[in-house]
This record gives sequence, structure tokens and C-alpha cells, in this order.
Amino acid sequence: MANIISDETIEYVGILAKLELSGEEKEQAKKDMGSMLDYIDKLGELDTEGVEPMSHVFPVKNVFREDVVTNEDMRNEILKNAPGEKNGMFTVPRTFE
Amino acid sequence: MSILDMTACQLAAAIKNKEVTVLEATKAVLAQIHEKEERYHCYVTVDEEGALAQAEEIQKKIDAGILTGALAGVPVAIKDNMCTEGLLTTCSSKILNNFVPTFTSEAVLNLQKAGAVILGKTNMDEFAMGSTTETSAYGVTRNPWNTEHVPGGSSGGSAAAVAAKECFYALGSDTGGSIRQPASFCGVVGLKPTYGRVSRYGLIAYGSSLDQIGPLCKDVADCAAIMEVISTHDKKDSTSVLRQDTDFTSALVEDVKGMRIGIPRDYFGEGLDSEVRDAVLKAAEALREKGAVVEEFDLSLVEYAIPTYYTIAAAEASSNLERFDGIKYGFRAEDYEGLHDMYKKTRSQGFGPEVKRRIMLGSFVLSSGYYDAYYLKALRVKALIKKAFDEAFAKYDVILGPVAPTTAPELGKSLSDPIKMYLGDIYTISVNLAGLPGLSMPCGVDSKGLPIGLQLIGDCFNEKKLIQTAYTYEKIRGAFGRKEDR
Repeated sequence: MANIISDETIEYVGILAKLELSGEEKEQAKKDMGSMLDYIDKLGELDTEGVEPMSHVFPVKNVFREDVVTNEDMRNEILKNAPGEKNGMFTVPRTFE
Repeated sequence: MSILDMTACQLAAAIKNKEVTVLEATKAVLAQIHEKEERYHCYVTVDEEGALAQAEEIQKKIDAGILTGALAGVPVAIKDNMCTEGLLTTCSSKILNNFVPTFTSEAVLNLQKAGAVILGKTNMDEFAMGSTTETSAYGVTRNPWNTEHVPGGSSGGSAAAVAAKECFYALGSDTGGSIRQPASFCGVVGLKPTYGRVSRYGLIAYGSSLDQIGPLCKDVADCAAIMEVISTHDKKDSTSVLRQDTDFTSALVEDVKGMRIGIPRDYFGEGLDSEVRDAVLKAAEALREKGAVVEEFDLSLVEYAIPTYYTIAAAEASSNLERFDGIKYGFRAEDYEGLHDMYKKTRSQGFGPEVKRRIMLGSFVLSSGYYDAYYLKALRVKALIKKAFDEAFAKYDVILGPVAPTTAPELGKSLSDPIKMYLGDIYTISVNLAGLPGLSMPCGVDSKGLPIGLQLIGDCFNEKKLIQTAYTYEKIRGAFGRKEDR
């Protein structure tokens, strides 16, 4: 395998991805990511000098609309899906003392 | 003809002629679900009560002359990544195990306006990441042609439900082949429309620049009729395109005289099963005999499509799936210390291995120091792939090839080697990268008794050429279906 993923890299990716991996999962992830990157490295065979990155297949312009509310108040229905709710608001763990 | 054997259009016509009521059709298909679901497991949620209530309402509107469309009264199944108001929507993930949307996705809403009876939500690979429907958190779906085999994926539940007559048609979504490949494996018709044809509003996003909703159905006429209903311009989706050429049923014409069909040599190389190759080439030959101009050509860049796709799709997935944080909806871990720990534990316990794998890869290719080398490089290669298709469509109306290198693999044989599984997407994936329409339809059965799929690819917004070619081929091929209840 050409791409060796270090413990530090997998830790860092875990922070970016907000995922907590067990020791076993970490080893598997290092292996999987290494082999995927080896595979993706194939793109290096192509000369893309001067090729513009294409994020969208059609020439699109920004689509604007007036910022007006079109739906009714659905607070109660929306909050029904929340794992925690209090006084009509989402509850989250305490973030500061 | 029994109700369950009817196509969607045939059933709607029978309802219109008062030969069948909407309630009879709904009860018939619910009875079929009761009988077959234990065996195939196509659905995550069946809304029996809701379906019966809808049937009564829709019948009244048909009787009153309010609903007159080609699909009025026909029961449909919806892939479980499209939001449906008041009906559980899980994406086949634990992290959405209790999510009940407060709104309905635009494509489903269009079906409802046309008089569809929503039966329930079909099983899929978790967040549409997979090719077998085995990554679902709610169990595997089995292929109705042979229950030891997968139905394909990610829209495996939708394809299997159509094949098993547990619905009259279904909606799926296709990010890298997720409509076309399961349609192929289950012997039904599937269409991935041009990017922007069908609104993605309410479709739970995986790879937003690639995702597109489309039909899975029994024949090409149904496919055209469904497309007419779901192809609408939607201001709520900024990538939705306003088009006038949505009269897809006008393309149900049995004629391919002069149709220029290109067969990419690169789609018939190493890795392609010989029975699949032979069946696909036989279909091409049949179209040539009907007057199509069929020739081989070199598409190029085919082997670069998969690494390009997995870079872009993973990058978009890592961003799209940030919203699952245990606060607004869905699952939340029980024991945690503080906000960040809650995020991490919720996501780690809520997502399955394939989803985590793609989120991590996506986070990596977007991270500082790697963004240019991986993500931007993939976007540049995508431009080259699009250019290769542009050159092909300067010469051809339709590109013809296989959908997948093999017929449906056995259950449990695919997930252990991700790259090998990803290679199965080689013929479908570049269509998404280039935003093109692609149609999958059955063209034979292999020696194992499993259906083989034919893929027709068109230039952007040329669905009608695909429908015309497919319709003509369907007439040559004749009726296609599985031997009952093997």
C-alpha cells in the first residue's frame, strides 16, 4: 500500500468527521482509507493542467428568491422529532459553566 | 388479467373504466405485501391504514372527475430517503430511527397530486451508500428472482418491490447507479433522469451534485408516464431546471430507423461477465435490424470514473451528513460528557460502517493540505469525463452498454471488499458525473436464472430518445418476467 495512514491522521479525520472510533475500528479505517487513496491516486496519471474544476455540469447562475416565509408555524411538529425539548426549544448538553 | 399483473398505466385505465376500484387495487397489493414481505423484506415501513384512507379519497376524486391522469389511483412505494409528511423516514439508518418529517418531498407530492396511493417506504443501503441494500440498519432485502441473491442497491427495496408485485411502481434515487443497477438485478425498468429534471427537495442528500430521483417500474410506458408526473420545475431546489420537453409519453414510438447508437468498446473489456456481454450485444443487434445505425467507439477515461466519483461523493457526503448531530431529529446517544462528546457518540453509534468510511474519506479529501490534490483533481477529471461524453454525443443519439459487469451477486459476498464492490458501478457512475440520463431495462436471463440489464445513456435532457429506443427494444424483446414464487 502506497498510502500509509498514521494514527495522527486518523485522529485528525475523526475530529473533522465528529466520529469516535474504537481501537479496532481505527485500524480498519486506516487500512480502508489507505487502499481508497491508493485507488484515487490513479487520477494522477491524467494530465489536468489547465482544466477548470467542474463542480456543476450545467452553466448555472445563482438562483435568488425573496426571503419570505411561505409555510405556517410548525414549531411543535418539528420539535416532536427532537431528542430533547424544553419550553419550545431544543435542549443541548451544557456547553459552558 | 389479475390486478397485480397490471402495469401502472393498465391499472389506472382499469380504474378509469370502473373495472377496478382504487380500494380493490390497494387491498390486493397490501395482501401481496402481507404474503411476501417476510420473504423479501422490500419495505422499512408499510402504511396500511394510510394507504386505505388515501384509496377512498382518491376514488372520490376520480369519480368526481378531478383526477384524470395516467396514474390516478395507482399504489406506489417510495424509497426511504424521500421525506413524507407524517410517515417515518429512516434512510435505512439507525440515526433516523424515529424521524417523522413535517413535509413531503416535491417528487412524492407530484405523485400525490396525480392520485398516487403511497403504500410505504422501501429499504435501501444506509443513506444510499452501497450497491446491495445490505448496509441497511433494518435488515437485507432479498432478490425476488432468487432469495439467495441481493436485489442490488441502493434502491434495492424499490426494485424488489416492483419485481415482487408489492407495488405497481416505485421511486428510487440514483447517485452512482442506485436506480439502474437494482432495476437490472431485479428485472425491472429504471430511469435516472438528467440532473435537474426532478426536484431533489425533500430527498435526504448524499452527493448533492450527483443525486437524482427517478422511477422503477414494470415497463417503458410506465416509465414515461411517471416521468411526466415527477419532472417539474421547483423553486425550492436551486438546481431544478425549467423545461418544456416533458411530454415523455410522446416518445413511446416503435421506431429506431436512423437512430445512431454507439457501443463503447471500453464497456466490454475485462471484468464483464460473458453472458451479460452476449445478451447486451444481442439487444444491440436487434435494434440494428430495426434500422438503427449501430457502431462501436472508444469512450475513454472509463477507468477513472470510479476514483473520481468516490472522491466527489464522499466529499459531499461528509458535508451533507454533518446535520445528523443528535439535536434536531433522530437518534441521540445516551451517555456523554458535554456537547462534542454527544456529537461524536451519537454519530459513531448512529451511523453504520460504510457511511462512516465515506464520511471519513470525504473529510480527509476536503481537509487542508489535501483539498487540491484530491478533491480539486477529481473535479478536473470530472470535466474531462464530461468532455468525452460531449464528443460521443456529437456522433451518437444513444450510448448502449451493460448496466453492471455481472448479474446479482449472492447475499453476503460484497461488503468485505469495498473497492471490489465499487468496481461493480463502473458502467453507471460516469453518467452521474456528467449529469446524463440513463435507462436500465431487462434484456435477458443468465444461466443462474437471474435477469440481465441493458443500459441506454443519452445526452442531457434527451430522455425521449432513450424512451423511444427502449420502447422499440421492448417490443422486439417481448414480455419479460420472473417465474412465479420460485
